[in-house]
Amino acid sequence: MTAVKRVPKDQITIEGLTGDAAIAHALKQCDLDVLAAYPITPQTIIVEDYQKFAANGEVHCRVIPVESEHSAMSACIGASAVGARVATASASAGLALMWEILYCAASMRMPIVFAVANRALSAPINIHNDWSDSYGARDSGFIQIYTQSCQEAYDTTIMAFKIAEDHKVLLPIMVCIDGFILSHNVERVEMLPTEAVENFLGVREPFIKLDPDNPITMGPLALTDYYFEFKEQQDKAMDAVPDVFAQVEAEFEKMTGRKYGMFEEYKTDDAEIIIFTHSTPGGTAKATVDVLREKGEKVGVLRLRMFRPFPTKEITEAVKNAKAVIVFEKCRSFGAPSNPLALELRTALYDLEKRPMVVDFVIGLGGRDCPPTTIVEGYEKTKEYLKKGRAPLYETLGVRK
Amino acid sequence: MTEPAALKLKDMLKKKRILSSGHRMCAGCAAPTIVKLMGMALRGPTIVCEVTGCLEVATTIYPYTAWELPWIHVAFENAAAVASGAIEAIEVMREKGRWSKEHVDVIAIGGDGGTFDIGFGAISGMLERGHDIVYMCYDNGAYQNTGIQRSGGTFPGQETTTSWAGKVSPGKEQRKKPLAEIVAAHRTPYVATVDPYHHRDFITKFRKALEVEGPAFIHAFSPCPRGWRSQTGKSMEIAKLAVEVGLHPLYEIFNGTEYKMSGPSRRLKELRPLDDYWKTQGQFKHLFKPEWADFKKGSKNRSMLTGSF
Repeated sequence: MTAVKRVPKDQITIEGLTGDAAIAHALKQCDLDVLAAYPITPQTIIVEDYQKFAANGEVHCRVIPVESEHSAMSACIGASAVGARVATASASAGLALMWEILYCAASMRMPIVFAVANRALSAPINIHNDWSDSYGARDSGFIQIYTQSCQEAYDTTIMAFKIAEDHKVLLPIMVCIDGFILSHNVERVEMLPTEAVENFLGVREPFIKLDPDNPITMGPLALTDYYFEFKEQQDKAMDAVPDVFAQVEAEFEKMTGRKYGMFEEYKTDDAEIIIFTHSTPGGTAKATVDVLREKGEKVGVLRLRMFRPFPTKEITEAVKNAKAVIVFEKCRSFGAPSNPLALELRTALYDLEKRPMVVDFVIGLGGRDCPPTTIVEGYEKTKEYLKKGRAPLYETLGVRK
Repeated sequence: MTEPAALKLKDMLKKKRILSSGHRMCAGCAAPTIVKLMGMALRGPTIVCEVTGCLEVATTIYPYTAWELPWIHVAFENAAAVASGAIEAIEVMREKGRWSKEHVDVIAIGGDGGTFDIGFGAISGMLERGHDIVYMCYDNGAYQNTGIQRSGGTFPGQETTTSWAGKVSPGKEQRKKPLAEIVAAHRTPYVATVDPYHHRDFITKFRKALEVEGPAFIHAFSPCPRGWRSQTGKSMEIAKLAVEVGLHPLYEIFNGTEYKMSGPSRRLKELRPLDDYWKTQGQFKHLFKPEWADFKKGSKNRSMLTGSF
């Protein structure tokens, strides 16, 4: 691996790609050893495209067409355990079927890259977007990064390997795109030359592996006397993510001129109200804010990218001077006082002496459209709540009641 | 270099040990013997992927391990999938110049619960995809690790903590899943049944399983004194008896179609009465009560090949 240099413009390939195709192209350039996956909408194109690359000899990788997502994650662990660079992709029910093994992948410290095309969970069965699937896995020990554009999905997938495989981290990572809204939407994507990606990533150097010359036991039984220490180490690994993430992004920026951060701040400097969301609603919110700004409203957007680990300190710093933060999130945590994204934010802000009001809107479940009017409705309600001085813990928007 | 299998006692003593002493398996359990016999068949570098179960928990209590081979456990139902990932990763890394060994054998091990029941989907997938893996089931006839619950590998008439022998029930009322036949039906290149008493037969078959290209399956009968309520010193005798009464016949199936009875079963002139087997174990003692005479009669139709009735 040589030092990373800026890739000249004439070496960039520009194509119109869906979010799925962008991830497939990124995976193609990351010199995977094993990809194990099972078909599920709206992720399937990732694996279909990758299989086509394999069929044409464009990748040197073993694709394992497993019989279930449970086996997909299991095969990824087996491959990762012998030192391979490994990826998989899934969504919704498929992610749910992997559930048990997600925790194993994280605790066994396997740096697996997992592309998730976020989709609602059954029942009723629904193929469209919300975040219930990966939000549900928020305690599994995976790093989670949510992306807004096809370019960002491509870039993040490449960076994901370098973050996950870093010996200070060694954790699996989810790269999330909104099902259909991004997975099936064509956008302009600038692709790096493969040599640049390979140079950027290098070859995976496993910290430990299953090796006949140095036999070790992986995945033992650990009871009351040691289990907790495993979890303590896992927690420390998660703590190490932001620094490694920043280093990887800095290097990526040198190569491409692009960086994203743990979150994106859009017109927040003087904002009295900040919209807090991620993935494609982040884009909708920014477009809405442009219009509101023209009308003289002091509003901005904080678009989260890294949900796990949650950048608590940085987000607190970024929103602490606002009068209100409006959360738009595509998940209902049934029975909870509010919902995953707002819960994290409220925890982060709790210790401030003067806190912004947090207003939580559940939107877009099962792919229900979230047009700018939904954002405006939430914004107007928030202004009312500010006048009243209090807001409900959460409410749903855009649903027949 | 390919090491020979150790079939003679003096060679066995020289063969590298794969499971150390000091593990926490129960007295009289046949599973460690089965693992040691597997070790006698090995031909070189080997990786073991194991499901959750007695053998897993009792040999790898952190910070100790009894395994002298690279070994991985992930979950109850997925050793076949973990092994699929491992073997394919090794193959591709060798092609890319990142794996120094010429060949590594990957073995997956599961108990009857992890194989007949919860892990079956993953095994079927592994067989269909044709990975070069040997899957061995050590079948002790129930979920012994969780406290002796019935599995798809439990015999009819066997009492477990979820198939009690009661006033109206003779223990498990369903037949045992004919697993070796189901595995063979995938057109699996090599399937064999073994038991630890017939150790040369065991080692020879395990070696064949390693040498065959593509997947192979070994169904090993594994007496469990704790669950079966048998004497700890009798496990090898009970394994032999299981063959002689026809509950665990020894045979091989090649490419899913060609069945071959193995010596110890082939040489039997007739099957011994099942009573001889049942009386060695507390889990069958209720069958000697008069009310289950009719149930026992039904067992006369047992199949020589599958051990089912």
